[in-house]
Formats: sequence, structure tokens, C-alpha cells
Amino acid sequence: MESCNCIEPQWPPDDLLMKYQYISDFFIALAYFSIPLELIYFVKKSAVFPYRWVLVQFGAFIVLCGATHLINLWTFTVHSRTVASVMTTAKVLTAAVSCITALMLVHIIPDLLSVKTRELFLKNKAAELDREMGLIRTQEETGRHVRMLTHEIRSTLDRHTILKTTLVELGRTLALEECALWMPTRTGLELQLSYTLRQQNPVGYTVPIHHPVINQVFSSNRAVKISPNCPVARLRPAGKYMPGEVVAVRVPLLHLSNFHINDWPELSTKRYALMVLMLPSDSARQWHVHELELVEVVADQVAVALSHAAILEESMRARDLLMEQNVALDLARREAETAIRARNDFLAVMNHEMRTPMHAIIALSSLLQETELTPEQRLMVETILKSSNLLATLINDVLDLSGLEDGSLQLDLGTFNLYAVFREVLNLIKPIASVKKLHVSLTLAPDLPEYAIGDEKRLMQTILNIVGNAVKFSKEGSISITAFVAKLDTLRDSKAPEFLPVLSDNHFYLRVQVKDSGSGINPLDIPKLFTKFAQNQSTGTRNSGGSGLGLAICKRFVNLMEGHIWIESEGLGKGCTAILIVKLGMAERVNESKLPYMPKMPTNHGQTAIAGLKVLVMDENGVSRMVTKGLLLHLGCDVTMVGSSDECLRLVSHEHKVVFMDICVPGIDSYGITIRIHEKFTKRHERPLLVALTGNTDKVKKENCMRAGMDGLILKPVSLDKMRSVLTDLLEHRVFFEAI
Amino acid sequence: MDVVNQLQRQFIDYSASLHREGFLDDQFTQLQKLQDDNSPDFVVEVASLFFEDCEKLINNMARALEQQQGVDFKQVDASVHQLKGSSSSIGAMRVKDVCIAFRSFCEAQNREGCLRCLQQVTHEYSLLKNKLQTLFRLQQQILAAGGSIPVVE
Repeated sequence: MESCNCIEPQWPPDDLLMKYQYISDFFIALAYFSIPLELIYFVKKSAVFPYRWVLVQFGAFIVLCGATHLINLWTFTVHSRTVASVMTTAKVLTAAVSCITALMLVHIIPDLLSVKTRELFLKNKAAELDREMGLIRTQEETGRHVRMLTHEIRSTLDRHTILKTTLVELGRTLALEECALWMPTRTGLELQLSYTLRQQNPVGYTVPIHHPVINQVFSSNRAVKISPNCPVARLRPAGKYMPGEVVAVRVPLLHLSNFHINDWPELSTKRYALMVLMLPSDSARQWHVHELELVEVVADQVAVALSHAAILEESMRARDLLMEQNVALDLARREAETAIRARNDFLAVMNHEMRTPMHAIIALSSLLQETELTPEQRLMVETILKSSNLLATLINDVLDLSGLEDGSLQLDLGTFNLYAVFREVLNLIKPIASVKKLHVSLTLAPDLPEYAIGDEKRLMQTILNIVGNAVKFSKEGSISITAFVAKLDTLRDSKAPEFLPVLSDNHFYLRVQVKDSGSGINPLDIPKLFTKFAQNQSTGTRNSGGSGLGLAICKRFVNLMEGHIWIESEGLGKGCTAILIVKLGMAERVNESKLPYMPKMPTNHGQTAIAGLKVLVMDENGVSRMVTKGLLLHLGCDVTMVGSSDECLRLVSHEHKVVFMDICVPGIDSYGITIRIHEKFTKRHERPLLVALTGNTDKVKKENCMRAGMDGLILKPVSLDKMRSVLTDLLEHRVFFEAI
Repeated sequence: MDVVNQLQRQFIDYSASLHREGFLDDQFTQLQKLQDDNSPDFVVEVASLFFEDCEKLINNMARALEQQQGVDFKQVDASVHQLKGSSSSIGAMRVKDVCIAFRSFCEAQNREGCLRCLQQVTHEYSLLKNKLQTLFRLQQQILAAGGSIPVVE
């Protein structure tokens, strides 16, 4: 044998055990070699691994161990010394490394363990944070819900929408089973189920308001947990599950009247609604604080929103009402305007329609007056003219009445004869008065000026109206008209506080009193008298016509004349006195040309009219000529006598105002003279008045005279008075035909 | 003054009687009214004129009626007319009445009637003239005695 350095293994190699050991070693080596590979691979893959150095160590250790076991495979058979030495080296290294590793691990393993605990700790923390995050998120969501809810609530101003939205949103947010709103009834004694979340139309289910639970809820402004058995909480049909927790909160119903600016609702209102919220019945949910807070906030918002809605409703209603009223007023105004327009149109048309015939009447009557008329006809025509003038004035005044009301009427001031006005009134009223057998007397004070400045027509109209009323309402007795200048003391005691007479040099106050012994007036009715259209209905006697305008117009005229008019009466049946005071201007000396309106010259001027009148007398009969001359001379005329028609024609001139012709002498062709005189004087105002004097006459002769163009006819014998009145009449009317 | 009163009374009585007997009528009174300071003798003047006129007219009428052949009744009528006018102017009632009758005869062309009337007229005229002259004499006596002519209504 050679001496080999081979090492014999202990056991025989073909032993089964050896075989198994051989295979195990093989696999161990394999495993040991693959583990570091895996480690390297995974470490390479992981980004973070703090213990690289340890890994390297471990790797080395494992590799060496593997190498050891690998080398061990050769030791099963006879192997050389080198193999054994290699094996030994490997083992030594392995031992070294493993000791180092073991030592290292002492430091490392606590670290690794602490890592683990930290990890656990962090995980817990993370879980907790997650939880909290969840909570916050829920809260934020709740807040968002509240905001949204509020927004929803506020975005509508309709009560029902507000409440419905509230319930819906609350239900959604808080995942409620049921949410209900109980509103107080009108009586305030019960709560009525008004809105619910799940049921569409809650039946009118009421609960008396004075329940301890309800009172408890109402007394606090917080959401209160209530028992599910409380009457307000019995909203769902009793299920087999435990009902969820119920919370109730009060919703203050603010009334408009409770909005005091300075003290905000410390809730002087006592009306609350109740909001009941029920959690799902079979969950174990509890009411969380934040949920309760949410509910309270919502309740407040709802209260505010409801009050806004209420305010808006009110204002809308008020606005609608105003609009309606506006429309109605507009309509009324338009109607009134139409009515006024219609009235004005009517007045204008009627005015025109009335004036046209009036003008015709007046114009034609005037023309008629110019022609030859019998005295009766003349009288009739004069009456027609006078009446038409009055009527025309009345028509004017009907239109003026609206002018009077506007205040746009002005007086026509002019100088006029005051005495004549009264006489005219008297003349106009005498016929009626005499028919009624009333005695009318006129008394003019001596100090009353004859001429005055004022609106003559209207003054006369006023006086005539009053006198007319006196006559109208007197069945018997007498009427006295007195006129005098009012002195200051009599002015002051007129029964009008606002009547402040002012005396001045240029003016005087005319006071006219018309006293009648007629039916009188109840003193209580006196204030109404001057009101337009107001007539006292009581006495039947007052039904005798009259539009009721008269006294109203009079009053206005008198007011315009800065005067006052009133009526005194002691009662029914005791007659009454109408007193009027007007302010008139004093007139200076007036010459005749300034008298415009007077149709009649007053008779006391007759003398002056006749005096100096140039008259031509043609009479063949010496005696009668002389008599006529004497008459005329006595009256103050300037008489020229002629004895024949030729002389007459020769001497007649435009200076002669009147020519008296004796026509009863057969030889004289008086008609021829008349015609010749007409021819001589073409202009009417130049031609003298031609009057026929005759001792006897008949109708035929009279007609012939008229036809020939004579202006008058007088029967002889002529007395002084007759001649005077004839001349006066002649000069006024330019015609005088004695009645045959 | 007793004289004046007496005279005045006489005057009044006489005037009244004249009126009563129809010699004078109201027209004469009117004439008397016309007598004033401007014409103090107005009535006398008128009366004188009347008398003259009357005489003239009566003569005319007489002459006209005396015509044997064809009385010009127109002329007579004219004269009568004049006379009537004058008499009525002065207030000689009776004369006037006769004239009226006279005129109808003239129209009827009754000469006999006319003549008769003429006679009557002449008679009446003379009567009146005397009466008036007496009246005027009385007036003058009163005036001479210093009184005033009383106004007879």
C-alpha cells in the first residue's frame, strides 16, 4: 500500500446511512447556495433595507456553510488530504463568520424587534387617525349638509318647500328613519302633524300641546332626546324592532310683529313648532353630539327662513292688494275723467246748441223791435228780449258754474246805475207778484249812490234770484226789498267769521235785505241752502221747481264780489229774510255814454231828455198849433211851428228830434210828407221821429200811419202829462203808438 | 184880502159852472196848467186866437152854404174840421159836439142840416165867448187885487 493521505471515513461508504447523509448534504449545500442568491435578489429588489452589512455577513456565512456541506460530500469516500484541508479551511471560515454573525445578531435582533413594535404602533396610530379622519369627514359633510340645507331652505321663499326640503335633507344627512314636523294649530292648544318625511300626506293627527315632554322640548333651545313612546314620536307603525332614538327640537315661529329691531328674538313669541327626528329602528346608532348640533342649527335656520317666507308672503300680499287698488283707482280715475269729459262735451254742445237758438231769438227780436209794431206787440217783443237776455245770461252761467268752481270766473266790472238795477228787478218780479197777490215794495236809502262800479249783470241776477225766491215761496203777504249802504257795525255782525269787510274810500258795501212773509225756513236747514243741488226734502212747498243751483250761484257771485249772503228765518211759517252784502266801487260823475247795458233810461232823467229837445210842429189849425206849442214849451222843448207841409219839409233838419204832424186835416198829405222826410234823411239816427197828431182815428188810419213810416200816433187832446210821457217814451223806444 | 177871496171864490164857482154846463172840458184845465211865468197870458192868447179862428171859419162856412148852386161841401167840411180841431184844442166841448154833428151833415151833403148846425155853432160860439170873457175879466180883477188865480181841478 502506498501511504496515501487519504482519509477514510468512519463509516463504510456503502452504508445506507451514508447514502442518506450524502444526499442530505447535497441538498443542504444546494439550499445554502440558493438562499443567499434569493437574499441578494430580494435585497436588490427592495429599496430599503438598513442592514446590508448584516446581509452580507449572513450571506457569507451561508455560502461558507454551503461550501462546507458541499465539500463534505467528498469526504464520504476516500478523499485526499487536499480535500480535507479545503474542508477544514471552509469550516474554519464558516466558524469565524458564523461567530461574527452571531455576535452581530445580538445587536441587530433587538433593533429588528423594536422595528416591529414601532410598526405595530404606527399601524394603530394610522388606524386611529383614519378613524378620526372619518369623523372629521363626517362632520365636514354634515356641515356641508347643513350649508346645503340652509341654502336649500333659503333659496326658496315658499313655506312648504322650505319645510319639505328641511325634512328631506335632514333625513338624508342624518340617515333618519323618520322626520316629522308638528305645527301648532290655530287655537294654539294642539300640535298637528304637518309634514313627514316618509309619509306623503300625513293625516291630521294632533297632540295636545301641554305635554310634559313637549314643554320640556319647548323650554330649551337644544335638541332633546325624547322617549320613543312619547306621543309625538309615535310616527312609525310599531315594528318588531326596537325603535331608534328620537330627538326633538323646537322651531320658533317668528311673527312679523315680533321683530323688534333692538331686541332680537329672545322669543317674545310663544309659538313653536316641533321637529321630531327618529333614527333607524334596528341600528344601534346613537345620536351624536354633532348630529344634535346639526339639528339645532337647522331648526334655527328653518325658523329664520320661515319668518322670511312669512314676511315675503305679507309683502307680496300687500303688494298685490296695492296693485289691485291701483288698478281700481286707475279705472275709477279714468271713469271720472270720462265722465268729466262727457259732461264738458255735453255742456259745450248744449251750450252751443242752446246759444244758437238764443242768439236767433235775441237777434230777431231786436230786429223785430226796429220794425213797426203796435204797442202791444212792442211790449211783447220787449218782454221777449228781456227774457231772452236773462236766459242767455243763465246759459252763460251754466257754463260759468264750472268756471266758478275752477275759480276762473271773473266779474265784468263796469259802471252802472244801481237804482235802475233795482227797478228792473222790481219790474220783472211785479207780474208774478201781482198774480200771487203779493205786494212788493222797494226802498232805496237816500244815501245809496246812484252809480256804482261792479258786475251789473250778475248783481242783478243775484238780487233777482233772491227776490224771485221770496216771491216763489210766499203764498201771500208782502215782500219788501230794502237797499242801503252798510255801515261798519252792521257789516261786522254778519254771521260769517271769515267775512272781513274793509272800508276804503273807493268802495262801499251795499246791503240788500229781502224780507218776505212766506213759508219760512227751518233754521236747521239754513246751512244747506247755499249748497249746490241740496234741497231740503221735507216741505212740500219746496217742490215747486228750481234746480237748487240758484242760491249756490248767488253765493259764488257774492263771494266774487267780496261780500256775504245769508238767510235768516225764525222758523217755518214765519217768513224769512235774505241779506246780501256786496262790495261795489264808487262811481264818479257819469255821462250818459257810459251806460251800456241799460235798455231803459230812468224816468227822472226824462225831464232832462225832453228839455231842450228840438221839436217841429206842423199844424194848420192855428189854435191847436198854439196849444201844442204851449205844451211843448212848458215841457222845455225848443219848438218850431210850421203851418204847411212845404214849410215843414223846408225847415225840418237833423237837429229836430221829433216832428209832430197833424194829420186830420184832409188837405194835408201827411203820408207824402212822411215819405219825403224818410227820403231826406237816409240815416236812421239823423231822421227825426215822426209823430202823427190826430183828433180822431181808426185802426185803418193807424195802420196807414205805420205803413207810411211814422214813428208814432197820438190822439188829441193831449194833456201835459200825456205829452210828457209820450215824449219820454218816444225818446226811449223811438216809437209810440197810442192804443186805439 | 176879503175882496181877493171873494173874487177867487167867484172865479172858482164860475169855472165850475162852466165845466158843469159843458162849456169847457178838461182840455181847458190843461191849458190853464200850461200858463206859467214864461207865458202868463197863455190862456188868453189861445182864447183870442180861437175866437178869431172861429169867426173866420164861421164866415167861410156861411158863405159856402149860402151858395145856391152847388154847395161845396168839401170846403164846408174842411172848415168844420178846422173848427172842431180848434174847439177841441181849447176845450170848447159844446162847440166841438156841434161840429161833430155838423160834419155828419156835411158828409150827407144835407144843406139844411148844415145850416141848422151852423146856426147852432154860431150860437154856441157866442155863448162861449161871453163866458170866457167874463172869466178872463174875473181873472184880471183878481190879479189887480193882488191875488193869484186859483187852480181849478
